[in-house]
Amino acid sequence: MNVNIEFYASLMKYLPPGKSRFRREVSVEDDITLSRLIKQFHISEAEAHLVLVNGHFVNCGEDRDQRKLVEGDTISIWPPVAGG
Amino acid sequence: MSWTRKILRVNLSKGSCTSEPLNMEWANLYLGQRGLASKYLSEEVDPTCDPLGPDNKMIMATGPLTGTMASTAGRYSVITKGPLTGAIACSNSGGFFGAELKFAGWDMVIFEGKSDKPVYLLIQDDNAELKSAEHMWGKTAWETDDIIHATHQDPQMRVACIGRTAENGCLYAAVMNDKHRAAGRSGVGTVMASKNLKAVAVRGTQGIGNVDDAEAFMSATGDGKAVLAENAVTGQGLPAYGTQVLMNVINGIGGLPARNMRDVGFEGAENISAEAMAEPRKSDGKPNLTTNGACFGCTIACGRISTVDPTHFSVKDKPQYQGNSGGLEYEAAWALGADTGVDDLDALTYVNFLCNEDGMDPITYGATVAAAMEMFEDGVITTKETGGVELRFGDAKAFVAITEQFVNGGDFSADLGLGSKRLTEKYGKPDLSMTVKGQEFPAYDPRGIQGIGLNYATSNRGACHLRGYTIASEVLGIPVKTELNDTDGKPELVKAFQDATALVDSAGLCIFTTFAWGMDNIAPQIDAACEGDWSVENCLETGERIWNMERLFNEAAGFTADDDKLPKRLLEEAIKDGPTKGQVNRLGEMLPKYYEVRGWTADGKIPKETRQRLSL
Repeated sequence: MNVNIEFYASLMKYLPPGKSRFRREVSVEDDITLSRLIKQFHISEAEAHLVLVNGHFVNCGEDRDQRKLVEGDTISIWPPVAGG
Repeated sequence: MSWTRKILRVNLSKGSCTSEPLNMEWANLYLGQRGLASKYLSEEVDPTCDPLGPDNKMIMATGPLTGTMASTAGRYSVITKGPLTGAIACSNSGGFFGAELKFAGWDMVIFEGKSDKPVYLLIQDDNAELKSAEHMWGKTAWETDDIIHATHQDPQMRVACIGRTAENGCLYAAVMNDKHRAAGRSGVGTVMASKNLKAVAVRGTQGIGNVDDAEAFMSATGDGKAVLAENAVTGQGLPAYGTQVLMNVINGIGGLPARNMRDVGFEGAENISAEAMAEPRKSDGKPNLTTNGACFGCTIACGRISTVDPTHFSVKDKPQYQGNSGGLEYEAAWALGADTGVDDLDALTYVNFLCNEDGMDPITYGATVAAAMEMFEDGVITTKETGGVELRFGDAKAFVAITEQFVNGGDFSADLGLGSKRLTEKYGKPDLSMTVKGQEFPAYDPRGIQGIGLNYATSNRGACHLRGYTIASEVLGIPVKTELNDTDGKPELVKAFQDATALVDSAGLCIFTTFAWGMDNIAPQIDAACEGDWSVENCLETGERIWNMERLFNEAAGFTADDDKLPKRLLEEAIKDGPTKGQVNRLGEMLPKYYEVRGWTADGKIPKETRQRLSL
């Protein structure tokens, strides 16, 4: 199945080649979990600080281990960042 | 003690500068900077006074840690009654001016009265004198800084001054220091202009020689710096990407307001983000971001130093704007960008330069232009009012044109200088002003993020993220993650952030340290520097005392619980799409509980027992 990945800030280096600034459509195994997808792109747990699926937070740990992705999901990942 | 124990009182009506001892009883209750200067203001100024009249006072105040070796200890604040809001105003700034004032031997400078003619205050250690600024009146903040440096031939001299917008009566003018840093909010620069005070120039050579326990201070500040360096946010994220990295985060979660908060979610967000600032451009191969920058003593260095593409329409024939200058930070990028619908990074960087050069708050300026754009698109105002500019959302050329017109005092500048509350009232559309207590929102939509809405509604200086940055918890998971759309627990969260922030500001530290530091990192630094008990418990109580004191000033100025509210748009117009679709802010669920946890009455008043508990 295909999902959209968006890696921001220092995680942009993990994006496969492509034209868009942050976003790639990638093919992944059916029923892949969020944790597994993050590992597949070599992003460590500490780096995957803020993770959204379709704009909604998924906390690290069990939530990400158990979250199965579906066709067309958009997964957005940031390292530890802040502002204000 | 790290206080110098000296106040400089400048009576502008008489032209006098006198030294007086710091009230140490108050210092032990209110610490310094924001807290202590607000205490002086509360005691010396009638809260009902005209903010722009001679009876208002303006205080430039350092904290006990300002100028010390503690990380980020370069902060000072300008405290006064604000003309934009009519509430107590405290605008905090970094750079190097605050530390220099401390090195000259002063905890704070209190300005009172009004000068007959434009003057500037020259402070060289213990010597202070008022000098004519008639040749500087009508000059920008950058020109004023240059004139003072050329006159005194001392590159180490630090200057805080106002630009032309303050002189022209813009109600949200800033006090600019070190050219690119601003005490930006609530119109503190307008108060300075009302006193005919153009600038304060300071040179100090006395250092900080009176830390209470030097050995403990070395240890506590060293520990604090190690924590900042090891933390991924303060050690890596902020220096590399600055606050601007939030643009995509807040847009991604459905919390980025756009086009005068008519919409949530901005399709151009990525074009004006930190990541876009780091990309090489086609014309000269250079990125918008040249480097990061640090204020005095800061080991985080989140500041942005940028250039505009020299071939861009905004600066093409203006070489003076083609060099490095203070770049976009998140709140300014949002207000100037998403809120106006403009996603042209170079145009926004140029407008940000103009905000620095002529000293106006980019948040209120951007939000006021956004309100004007909505009125223009609705046909409420036309090119007749705007001096010929087709002021539509998303039009970068129109935005640049109206800004150049504004700083030069053109046709629409008097209207734009009112801020969005007075502007929309003037044209019969008050519901289009996105403000609390007359001050414009920063870059987080309270419909998508509940707690920040409660903070905005109850902030003592009007809508402001820096009075209680619950975004840290609600979005960034610092210190713990809370759910965006929950209202349970948010009153307690807001109170905790508001009180802690009041304490950090009053110490002379930067609030960004709190992405890594808790009060158990901060209190030991204050305790080692200052005489008295500055335990975690006392620090938290001091923060709460300061918050309540500010509230009492506002109460005496005429504010009531009716002013703890959000615009109708944010309470009734649900978000149209995206991950927060259907949400409004549920302030009514949070406000009664907030009053309760603060120990206030159901109508938001501070009862006698709470005042007694806090020694107020």
